Amino acid sequence: MEEERKYTTVSIPKPLYDKIKKRIEGTGFTSVSDYVTYVLREVLASLEEEEREEVFTEEEEEKVKERLRALGYLD
Amino acid sequence: MVSKPHGGKLIRRLVADRTRERILSEQKEYPRVQIDHGRAVDLENIAHGIYSPLKGFLTSDDFESVLHHMRLSDDTPWTIPIVLDVREKTFDEGDAILLYYENLPIARMHVEEIYTTDKKEFAVNVFKTDDPAHPGVARVMEMGDYLVGGEIELLNELPNPFARYTLRPVETRILFKERGWKTIVAFQTRNVPHLGHEYVQKAALTFVDGLFINPVLGRKKKGDYRDEVIIKAYETLFEHYYPKDAATLATVRYEMRYAGPREAIHHAIMRKNFGATHFIVGRDHAGVGDYYGPYEAWDLFDEFPDLGITPMFIRESFYCKKCGGMVNAKICPHDEEFHIHISGTKLRKMILSGEQPPEYMMRPEVFEVVRSFEKPFVE
Repeated sequence: MEEERKYTTVSIPKPLYDKIKKRIEGTGFTSVSDYVTYVLREVLASLEEEEREEVFTEEEEEKVKERLRALGYLD
Repeated sequence: MVSKPHGGKLIRRLVADRTRERILSEQKEYPRVQIDHGRAVDLENIAHGIYSPLKGFLTSDDFESVLHHMRLSDDTPWTIPIVLDVREKTFDEGDAILLYYENLPIARMHVEEIYTTDKKEFAVNVFKTDDPAHPGVARVMEMGDYLVGGEIELLNELPNPFARYTLRPVETRILFKERGWKTIVAFQTRNVPHLGHEYVQKAALTFVDGLFINPVLGRKKKGDYRDEVIIKAYETLFEHYYPKDAATLATVRYEMRYAGPREAIHHAIMRKNFGATHFIVGRDHAGVGDYYGPYEAWDLFDEFPDLGITPMFIRESFYCKKCGGMVNAKICPHDEEFHIHISGTKLRKMILSGEQPPEYMMRPEVFEVVRSFEKPFVE
């Protein structure tokens, strides 16, 4: 039995809805909601990607580098 | 910049030495639960962030979401249920338990939830079949009736004969940074490299800064190359044919599920956590038998615009007598009669009979390595 997924409603302007509806004709997207979900996931992921990268503490980084040198991965 | 960890943060579930000693000194006070080798490997992978953002085995809301939507309940892409099964309920929700592989305590787990699943539904969703001949399905059918969800803390690791080649995401991320690689393509393998593999890896490397070869070590099936043979073969290939400043080799322990397309996504997520920005997906990735179409995995990537790692789809390569080199169907205009496909089965037969494969199939140095082992294959 398929688990029911929780959804909520977001309003978008009607002309935009119509534009998207036309755009997805003949594509793999079966509804405007599917398309909007896809696009928003893509946009959010790319924004998150731009955020600051994870930084290790200096002590931790030095310890790791020491191991990498010992194993021959770093000179 | 290397990939951000999946879910945004690299998970580490390792306890401080003093805490570990305390837990181990009190181990008789915890309910003891035996786990198999594959679950012990999963624990290591959770603890070192290879499965980030997982902090433990899935609870039912995440499990159901993964099963039906290929996403965790917070919408993060996740395709393979990482679950702990038990045959009997010898503890309760809210308990802390110790998970043992044989006599070694591997992890402490905080039991958040104990739940059940329909194994057939599990199998059909993940493997697209409930055929017990499928090794992944067989494993699901053998599972205990209860699934246990909750966060874990790693206490001990399984003995690792290949520690010298084992790097964790925290290490590969720093390694890539130190080498100045901003784009890294990862290649997963369970085989000794032949010319087809080398072609695919080098074709991908052409477009990025670094190549990360990441062989999967662990329990194998009969006829597979033994782990030490794979490592030695790659070492030799690196020594003779790979640019030292643009390629690196490190292993990962992992239990294959053979879930084809779903597992291809999972493999990409694992490599994203190692810091890779690209992941090579070839023909019938993580497949077994004929349960999945040869390029079915490629289509599934279309459903994950938010995966955070770029798949590199590379077609099956073969030697073309007219082109005079390794090619693939997209770039070679010649008829099939000029093509020589490199079959793993054929290579295995040649190796077993002591026959040296032609140089367009396998590098002679690699063959020498394989031949130097009395028993290169799992029996």
